Formats: sequence, C-alpha cells, structure tokens
Amino acid sequence: MSADTLLLAALFIPVLGALAIAACDRWPDLRETVTLLTAAALLLCVLSLLGPVLAGAQPQLTLVQMLPGIALSLRIEPLGMLFALVASSLWVVNSIYSIGYMRANREAHQTRFYVCFALALACTMGIAFSANLLTLYLFYEALTLITYPLVTHHGDDEARRGGRLYLGYLLTTSIVFLLPAIVLTWAAAGTLEFTAGGILGSGLSNAGIGGLLALYMFGIGKAALMPFHRWLPAAMVAPTPVSALLHAVAVVKAGVFSVVKVIVYVFGVERISGLASVDWLPFVAGFTIIAASIVALRSDNLKRRLAYSTVSQLSYVVLSVSLLAPLSVLGAALHIAAHAVSKITLFFAAGAIYTASHKTEVSQLDGIGRRMPWTMGAFAVGALSLIGIPPAVGFVSKWYIFQGAAATGHSLVMLVLGASALLNAAYFLPIVYVAFFRPPAGADHGEAPLPMVFALCLTATLTVGLFFYPQIPLALARQLAGF
Amino acid sequence: MIADHLPALQVVVPLLAAPLMLLVRRGGFAWLLATLVSWTALAIALALAFKVREAGTISYAIGNWPPPWGIEYRVDALNSFVLVLVSLVASVVAPYARASVAAELPREQHYLYFTMFSLCLAGLLGISITGDAFNLFVFLEISSLSTYVLIALGRNRRGLLAAYQYLVLGTIGATFYIIGVGLLYLMTGTLNLADLAQRLREVHEIRPVLAALAFITAGVGLKLALFPLHFWLPNAYAYAPSAITAFLAASATKVSVYVLLRFYFVIFGVPLVFGRLPMAEVLITLSVLAVVSASLVAVFQRDLKRMFAYSSVAQIGYITLGMGLANKAGLTGAVVHLFNHGITKGAIFLLLGGVALRVGSTSLARAAGLARTMPLTSFGIVLAGMSLIGIPGTAGFVSKWYLILGAIEHGYWGLALLLVVSSLIAVAYVWRFVEMAYFREPEPGAARLAEAPASMLVPAWIMVAACVYFGLDTSFPLEGARSAVTVLLGGAR
Amino acid sequence: MNLTGNYSYWVTIFIMIAGLYIVIARGNLVKKLIGLGIFQTSVYLLYIGAGKIIGGTAPILSPAFSTYSNPLPHVLILTAIVVGVATLALGLAIVVRIREAYDSIEEDEILEKDRIEDAGG
Repeated sequence: MSADTLLLAALFIPVLGALAIAACDRWPDLRETVTLLTAAALLLCVLSLLGPVLAGAQPQLTLVQMLPGIALSLRIEPLGMLFALVASSLWVVNSIYSIGYMRANREAHQTRFYVCFALALACTMGIAFSANLLTLYLFYEALTLITYPLVTHHGDDEARRGGRLYLGYLLTTSIVFLLPAIVLTWAAAGTLEFTAGGILGSGLSNAGIGGLLALYMFGIGKAALMPFHRWLPAAMVAPTPVSALLHAVAVVKAGVFSVVKVIVYVFGVERISGLASVDWLPFVAGFTIIAASIVALRSDNLKRRLAYSTVSQLSYVVLSVSLLAPLSVLGAALHIAAHAVSKITLFFAAGAIYTASHKTEVSQLDGIGRRMPWTMGAFAVGALSLIGIPPAVGFVSKWYIFQGAAATGHSLVMLVLGASALLNAAYFLPIVYVAFFRPPAGADHGEAPLPMVFALCLTATLTVGLFFYPQIPLALARQLAGF
Repeated sequence: MIADHLPALQVVVPLLAAPLMLLVRRGGFAWLLATLVSWTALAIALALAFKVREAGTISYAIGNWPPPWGIEYRVDALNSFVLVLVSLVASVVAPYARASVAAELPREQHYLYFTMFSLCLAGLLGISITGDAFNLFVFLEISSLSTYVLIALGRNRRGLLAAYQYLVLGTIGATFYIIGVGLLYLMTGTLNLADLAQRLREVHEIRPVLAALAFITAGVGLKLALFPLHFWLPNAYAYAPSAITAFLAASATKVSVYVLLRFYFVIFGVPLVFGRLPMAEVLITLSVLAVVSASLVAVFQRDLKRMFAYSSVAQIGYITLGMGLANKAGLTGAVVHLFNHGITKGAIFLLLGGVALRVGSTSLARAAGLARTMPLTSFGIVLAGMSLIGIPGTAGFVSKWYLILGAIEHGYWGLALLLVVSSLIAVAYVWRFVEMAYFREPEPGAARLAEAPASMLVPAWIMVAACVYFGLDTSFPLEGARSAVTVLLGGAR
Repeated sequence: MNLTGNYSYWVTIFIMIAGLYIVIARGNLVKKLIGLGIFQTSVYLLYIGAGKIIGGTAPILSPAFSTYSNPLPHVLILTAIVVGVATLALGLAIVVRIREAYDSIEEDEILEKDRIEDAGG
C-alpha cells in the first residue's frame, strides 16, 4: 500500500472499527475482539508509516476543499508521527485494560463506550496528521465532543456536572480564543498550512504576535494552561480507562501537541525567539507547573492527584517549547511520549486499585502494595519516570528540557524544573512508601483482573524500555527540532 | 421551447396547483400534487441556477411585454440561490408533511393545508424571482396570507392569536413596503427593479428616497423579524403545525432577507445606504442586540419549539450582521448563512415535528430521556444544534468563519469577540436539550414511545446530513454565495 | 414648501397615522382590523393622488384630449385593494375562530385566559 492510502486508512480504520463495534452490540465477546483488532490494525498502519517518515518522507493527502484556499488535508510530519505512534500503541494496551475494567466493574453502555473510544482515536489521528490549522481545529473540536459521552459515562448528576465543566472549558477556550486566532492567522498570513519556519512572515507587528500567541496558548484549552485547567480534574468522573487514555494520552496530548505544532509550524521558532512580546509564556507555564504540583500535593483523591500532576506535566511541554531553543523543542516532543507512557501506567494502577479494592483516596492505600505488588510496582515505575529518575523515560525528556534551559540561560526555568522535581517526589513517593511499608488494613483482596494487570505491566515495561531504547522517538524529535 | 419559459413556470406551477387541489378536495391527492410541485420547482430552480452560471442573468418578460413596462422576471446569481434554497426546503418538507399533518389536523382540512402550502411556495418563489417592485408586493401578500392560514391551522388555540398578531404585523410590514415603493415610484416613474436601480442614480432630490429606504427597511424588517420587530415570530413558530414551522423557519424569513439585500445593495446602492445613512451602524447594533438578547432568551425557554424560534431571531441577527459589515467576507457570510441556517433550522424543526407527534408536546420537560426512546431524532437535533453553535465540520461553522473574517477586516475586534461569545450562548441552549434528552430517565409510560415514522425521519435526516455535508464540502453554497455577492457588490459600483 | 398644493399628502399621512394608532391602541380584535383597513387605505391615496392630474382623462388616444392621467397607479391600487380585502376577510375569519375558541375578542381577556391555562397546566 502506498503511503497515501495508509494515511487515509489511519483515519478510517477507527471509524470503520466503530461501526463494526456498534454492529456487534449484542455479542460482547465479538465486540471486544473487534475493538482489539481495530486497535491492532491501526497500530500496524501507523507502524508501516513510520519507516517512510523516518526516511524523511512526508506523505500528504487532501480530502476535501473546505473553504476556498483551505482544504481538509492530512500530512505526516515527525511530531505528528510521534503523537500518532504514542496514541495508537497505547490504544492497544488500553483496550486490553478496558475489557478487564469494564467487565469487572459491570459498567453499563459498554458498546457506546467502545464506539466513542474508537471515534476519539480517529479524531486523534486526524489531529496528529493534520496538514493545516483548520483541519487541526476540526478534529480538535470533534475530539472534545466525542469524548463528552465518555466523560459523562455514568450519567448521574456528578457526571453531568463534570461534563459541563469539561465541555464548558474546552468549548469556551476553543471557540472564544482559538477560532479567532485561526481567522486572524488566515487574515494575516493568507494560509493556514503548517510550514517549517512558520507562516506569519511580517504580516503582524511584534505586539500582534504576542497577542496571537496568547490567543493560541489559552485557546488550546486541552493543554490545560492555568487558568483554564479546571476541566481536567472535572473530567476524572469518567471511568478510569477513559481517564487513562484520553486524559493522559489523547486529549491532553492533543493539546500540547497543538501547542508545539503551532509554535513550530505557525509562528516559527526562529521568527519569534527573542521577541519581548512572547517571553511571558515560560512564566505562565512555570507558574502552572508549580501551582498544579502544590494542588496535587494537597489532594487526597488519587485520580485528582494524578489529574493535577497531568496539568503540571503538560506545562513542562509548553514551558520547554516556549524556550524556543532546538534542544528544548526536542525535549518537548520527547516529553509528550514520555509523559504518556508514564501517566497511563499510573492511571491504570489507580483503576486497578479501584477495581480490586474500591479505594479511591491516597489515605486508604496503606499496605496495598503487599496485596497488589504488580500494580504498585508499576505505579512506582511510573512515579519515578515523572519525577525524572533513571532508568525511566521521564529522565530522558527532562534531560533535554534541562539542557535547553541551560543553553538559553533561563536560570529561573532551571529553578522551576528543580523545584517541580522535588514536588513530584513529594506527592508520588509517599504513595509508594505507604503502599509497601505500612501494614495493610481492611478486607483482604488480590490483584485486579488479569487483563488489567497485564496492561499496566506492559506500559511500565515500556516506560523503562524507552529509557534504554529511545531511538525512535528521539529520531522523530530530532527531525522536528532540525538536528 | 419549454426551457425558455422556466422563469414563469417556476411560479406558475405551484400557483396553478393550488386551485386544482381546492377543486379535487382530497387530502391524499393534494399531498401528492404538493410533493410533485415542490420537486418540479426544485428541478426548475436548479436548471435556472445552472443556466445563470453558464450564461449570466436571465430576463423573462411576462406576456412578452418588454421591461420596464411589463413585469420582468429576472434571475441572477443572487436570487437563483434563494430559489434553490426555497424549493429545496419545500421538496424536503412536502413528503414529510403527510404523516405530520395526518396526526395534527382533522381530515377535512388536509387538502386546504396543502393548497395553502403550494400558495405559500408560489409566493416565496415569486418574491425571489420577480424583477418588479409591485409584483413583489403581491407575491409577498400571497405568501403571507397563506402563511397566516397555515399558522391558524395549528392544533393549539393559541395558534389563532399568533396568526392574528402575525397578520396585523405582517400587513403593516407589507404596507410599509408598498409605501416605500410608492415613494420610489413617485421619484423615478418605474417599478422595474433593474430600471429603478439605474434611475435612482439620477435622482437628486434625495429626501423622499431616504424616506422610501426607511419605509422599506421597517416593512421588510418586520417580515424578516429583524430585532426589535421580531415579536410575532416565536408564537407563530411555536403554534404552527410542525411541518409549517420547519418550512417557514427555513425559507420565509430568508426570502425577506433577500428582499432587503436586493434593495440595499442593488437598488439603493452602498453609497446611499451606508454612505449617506448610518445603516451599517444601525444594522450592526440591531443585529448584535438580536444575537445576544434572543440567544439569552432562548436559553430560558421551556418549550423546544419556542427555544429554537428565539434562536432563529438570533441567527437572523447573524445574517443582518453580515449585511451591515457590507464587505466581501461579511456579505458572503450573510448569504451563506441564509442557506446554512435554512437547512439547519429546517432539520431541527422537522425533527421536533417527530417529537410533537410521538410525545404529544415539545416542552423541554417532556423531552426527558428522549435519547432512550427516540435516539435518531435526539441525535439529529444534537447534530443540527452543533451547526447552530458553529462547530467545525457543520454548515454553521462556514458562515461564522466568514462573519468573523468580515469583522476582523473592518478591525471590529469587539464584534469578532461578540460573535464567538454568542456561539457559547448557543451551546447553552443546545446543551439544555442534550442534558434533558440524555441524562434524564424517560417518564413512566414513555417507554412505549417509538421513533417517528420513516416518512418523517428520512426527510429530517436528509436535512441533518446536509448540515454536515455542507460543512465539509462547502463548494455549492459558497460558490453560490460568492457569485451572489458579486451581484450585490458589483451592482453597487 | 407648498402646504396647500401637497394637501393630498397631508391627508394620506393623517389617515396612515390614524389607522396605525387604532391598531396599536385598541384591544378589540375587530377594531384593530378596522384600523388596519384605514391604514391600508392611506396607501391607495398615496398612489392615486400621485397619478391623478386635474383635468386629465383616461389614456384613450383621441384628438379631443391632450392631458392624460397615469393609469398605472390606478391599476396597481386595484390590485392592492384586492389584497386588502383578502387580508381583511382572512383577519375577520381568524377573529371568528378566536371567538369560538376563547369566547372573547378582547386581546387582554384572551391573554389572561392563556395565563390562567399556563398556571393551571
């Protein structure tokens, strides 16, 4: 198959999968088989695109002319490839996990769940491979809407409240800030194509660029830059597999991915580096990192703590790309992948704990590591990775981010990075400590169902494995940063 | 050659069908004829649009009396676009109407209903196609009178008062229009629109012309429910029979918008309307008030039909906003929104007709758990609602894009902000429906409810599909709008 | 400004405003329609007044006549009168139906009944 066909397939495999899943409504076993097959097919499809892209090809495909001069079109560039690779491979693992979780917790509306999941992945592929801002925006909004039924899966009042916040924040930011930003870009540049080196040219004044950047950064609400982060903890009302894939991988990563993409391909790193009107961004991102970490420290609910940790980690990506140095852009791209595998492990663990023991609070976790050694072992690996301790992949990305900061001489940023590593340790390590070194309390229980444990061990392995073999993400990130 | 007489046939076919239905007095026959007539009208409108694109403006002299003495039918890129919209909506609504009417009206009124429907269609097509200002008035009254009857046919007795109020206001509006035309006639001695446009350039005594502009604006503004002249609309839409609400919302106000566009940009001309008078400021202010206030009012409605009726007032505000911007992007947004809002609101009201049929009411409270009992209907409303919001990938997004672009080109930053904020209000009212339909348990006893019959669901979903299709592949409405805008702005210079 | 020369316009405007006032100020549905009729009549006058030339005749070509009145406004107003009659007839028909349904033709009473219905249902 040619690269173009594969590109189209990447978009349509999940859609067709969703249809097939819907058709198998009455046969749960068949439905879940179809889910797994679809996920595997998508991964295969993305993997077979990897070779050409690593070799420097950028397959391109125009679907339909949406507005005069702006087509709905797809193009693969290194960052998109990295994102698609992360999302599609973690979907396979997540599907295994979902089957265990949804069955063990006897969740309702499972068909709707799997259908929306597959469609969300289609949107994610669309975002990853979008060739211009309008395509990106289209799939970005579609992702928000298609994940709404997932977030509100339980259908009770709490879910509805969470759903309102989720939709409220994401739609408000994207309609009020992002859409005008895109129209403005179109008016100023006459194009929306993602182009290496940026498209803005000299159409805007420096102050205008600063304003536009603000519209983009706060408009991409999925990146959860403060003060538009509240949707993320609110969305934790969703079943854990949703939180895991969507809020550690697809949705939030779509946010930071868009941030990186906009800065690299719309503004152009060189075009805006050194501009006084854009140097506020590292401060906002740095503030988000520290503030979110402090909130995480004070949260007793495990998923909420993870959510705030995500808010903080997302800002790592924003912070590092906002340094506008090649090394830091590389670090940002790597951190998208690193955070994905680490955080999904943590969410998997949280879901496994809930399934096996129905515990949701950190203070209830005394001694749980003795009853669920695999789960908590994986949790520890994920936690180490996010703190940035080798041998875990988080160390690699943080290393590059740190180097970028050093190269640009941002001492304040280095300070933030150091402080945040300490804070990360402060909110993760106590969980690991009490889980293994406190005596267990309450009724005895074992590990969660096998598919779940298998899945979380797999991602934990990946977290460590990518430390030793970071070649593929590194190569893609290097292509992006232009090494 | 029959092809030469297409402009006349466009109006004559539905006009002649009406008395035929009256003579036969059979509901089934009338329905069949109305459907056939609508489809014929659509075919003719498409043929005309094609011809206009190939060969430019078509001029047809009724009875072979040459213009400007005789009545001229004149089809250009602008009104062929409107003709397509009106006949398209009619051809979707007509097949739908059978089941809906059977449920809502007593048997002996069925043929009357379709008679009035055909007359209304003839009137709307006539308004769009005619090149004569007085002829336009006559068609305006034909469509209005039949509309009053159709609204009065509604099941609820409040429909009567709504029809009465609409009759009074509509007649005032039409009379204002004809006063304005009279003043123009006094100044120029012609009623032919194209001729009028030419001769007005030579008129030096400007005051009567300005008075005419004021009368026509107020008159047509009443018909198109320009804020604050919209008070007739919510009741009329809420109590009319379901199919009629869909038809009116999708076509009647749009035709009035066309009339205003024609008068502002082609006849009076940009220098007069926007140069001598602050009509841009007036239009933009009124539109902004319409968009914000009507959207807010929509959020607090307890009846779905009323909710979306208020939303119509707001959406018309978007169209007049584009007019007020008066630049290429803004006008493109206005004209394309004419089409996009037509299909979007058409879809919503058609689906609500199904709700009215099965649930027996369109009150929001009764829609609890609707997604369980009528999943296709609910999902259709949500999709069309997204088009109202302007989510990318739906038709509404395209209009919003151009309107924002138009505002930015003028440097109206506040306006651009307002446009996007108003979309959020649309999110609020659409989401009231979503939460009611998807998060509430159905009322006890509602479990027996089924989907609307296929004859209603299929036309409604054609509209919903159009909302999505024309959001992705925008070439048809956009090309139509762009050549229409060329007519509008070209005629002014 | 020639006040007497333009007196037909003054009459037109007076009738227009008077009709409009009745439509707005009266609560009785039939009286409103009467006002509407008066309002429409002003338009007839506007057109006819403009088309009439004193001493002019119908446009019959004959050596006996040299001044003709413009016939077009007359024709137009014939049409407008027909439209006006149709509107009035329809309006009255609706009022009859309203009286059947509400047992009243006073606007405030009808709205009151609607309110009571709302509160009750």
